[in-house]
Amino acid sequence: MQGFTRILEEIGSIATFSGKVFLQLFRRPFEGRELIRQMDETGTKSLVLVLVTGCSIGIVLSMQSRGTLARFGAEAVLPSMLALSIVKEIGPVITSLVLAGRLGAGIAAELGSMRVTEQIDALEVSALQPFKYLVITRVLACVVMFPLLTIACDIVALLGGYVEALLSTGLDYRQFIEQAFSSLQLSDVLFSTAKTSVFGFLVSIVGCYSGYYVRGGTREVGQAAMRAVVIGSLLVLLADVFMVRLSLILFGS
Amino acid sequence: MSEFQPEILIKDVHKAFGERKILRGVSVSAERGSTLAVMGGSGTGKSVLLKHMIGLMAPDSGEVWIQGKRIDQLRGSKLDKLRLRIGYLFQGGALFDSMTVEENLDFVLGRHTALTAPERTEQIHEAIAWVDLPHAAPQYPAELSGGQRKRIALARAVILRPDILLCDEPTTGLDPVSVRNVSNLIMRLKAERGITTVAITHDLLCAEIIADHAAFIFDGKILAKGTLQELRSSENPQSQEFFG
Ligand SMILES: Nc1ncnc2c1ncn2[C@@H]1O[C@H](COP(=O)(O)OP(=O)(O)O)[C@@H](O)[C@H]1O
Ligand SMILES: [Mg+2]
Repeated sequence: MQGFTRILEEIGSIATFSGKVFLQLFRRPFEGRELIRQMDETGTKSLVLVLVTGCSIGIVLSMQSRGTLARFGAEAVLPSMLALSIVKEIGPVITSLVLAGRLGAGIAAELGSMRVTEQIDALEVSALQPFKYLVITRVLACVVMFPLLTIACDIVALLGGYVEALLSTGLDYRQFIEQAFSSLQLSDVLFSTAKTSVFGFLVSIVGCYSGYYVRGGTREVGQAAMRAVVIGSLLVLLADVFMVRLSLILFGS
Repeated sequence: MSEFQPEILIKDVHKAFGERKILRGVSVSAERGSTLAVMGGSGTGKSVLLKHMIGLMAPDSGEVWIQGKRIDQLRGSKLDKLRLRIGYLFQGGALFDSMTVEENLDFVLGRHTALTAPERTEQIHEAIAWVDLPHAAPQYPAELSGGQRKRIALARAVILRPDILLCDEPTTGLDPVSVRNVSNLIMRLKAERGITTVAITHDLLCAEIIADHAAFIFDGKILAKGTLQELRSSENPQSQEFFG
């Protein structure tokens, strides 16, 4: 019972924290330079990770599916199947989960150690608005960068899938592209990619929240980073269920 | 309030965290241009008291007056404006570790003055020369020793030429030479700029160098006030134990 109350309290505080983000978003000063620096950090720090993940998933998916499809004599639909599963679901979710680990932990640890070494207080007493400078910029950077990194992941995953198919069956690339793209609808692509902005928002909010209010020392910073990853990943998966449901209502199956 | 009010005035401040009462009715004051050392053992609420003076913490009851304004009741831009009159030296320095020394100082200067980039660079170099680290500009805080970090932090704390300086354990953990260095810098701020200083410390050497007045805090209360001499010869057992 006590545990349940604590979870509710925690959810309440995270919601309040998000509210504060929305309120501060439109108030001056806008930390433009810091925002660009954060986007750069977010992108460059995670790009390789996302590309490697995407590529191996594309290869594995292609290898695994061929056998299954062959059993039903449906090998020819491999390109469409790859495109649909990667772009609509696997790309966005895997990218977001990988980033929940990479960025969620990074943000929580960075803000957490700034908190315990009093750097956040130092910003505060120098009237430098730490919430704007540290939190808003990171949240915005994630909201922008999650979809971009997802697109990168989708592309290399498809590429990996194609290379695998090429090596094992000598599939022609024109055929692959034509089939892959004919199965995709623009609305699907846009919605699935855009929903990762929501995931980026959730991951960064949880990361910032965990780090910003750390009290104690290094041990607590470590715990905050771990909590950010766990809660962030769970929220991504939960939100995905809602978003897929929503997309079915909006666009049909 | 009248102009005869002290620069810093703390009236009967109480502060508890949950059930734990940390401050139980603290009253102290500091006249303009004077240096007050608040002394006491660790964990007695010294840092908590200092954080009240710059609005990082708000009292449960009592009043915190800074330059005739209730800082505990100010919010937003009014609070920011008053805070810019105050420099705060954090216990660990609290330098921004993703920035070089120069960027640390420039961050504060750039946001709060209309100076051009060359003017700022000049002031920054003046400031780090003043703390006797003229070549530290391109270095990151992690590359500096504890004493050097403290001096850079002091340079950052006073770069906007505040009227008040609040120091949290300015010399704790430093070697005796650095203790003298940092203490002397704080002294010079008083002599050269007439700055009002409150320093929290359990370091007697530092207190001897800087303090005009001292207050002894124990168990959330001020047990003795006066000059350092008076505190040393004070009757009460706790301060006798502390000053040994
Ligand atoms: N934000 C806080 N929340 C809860 N307890 C705190 C907080 N800040 C300080 N304390 C507690 O208050 C007591 C006094 O702390 P502090 O003022 O830092 O001591 P010191 O005199 O060594 O500077 C400590 O026991 C500390 O755990
Ligand atoms: Mg302290």
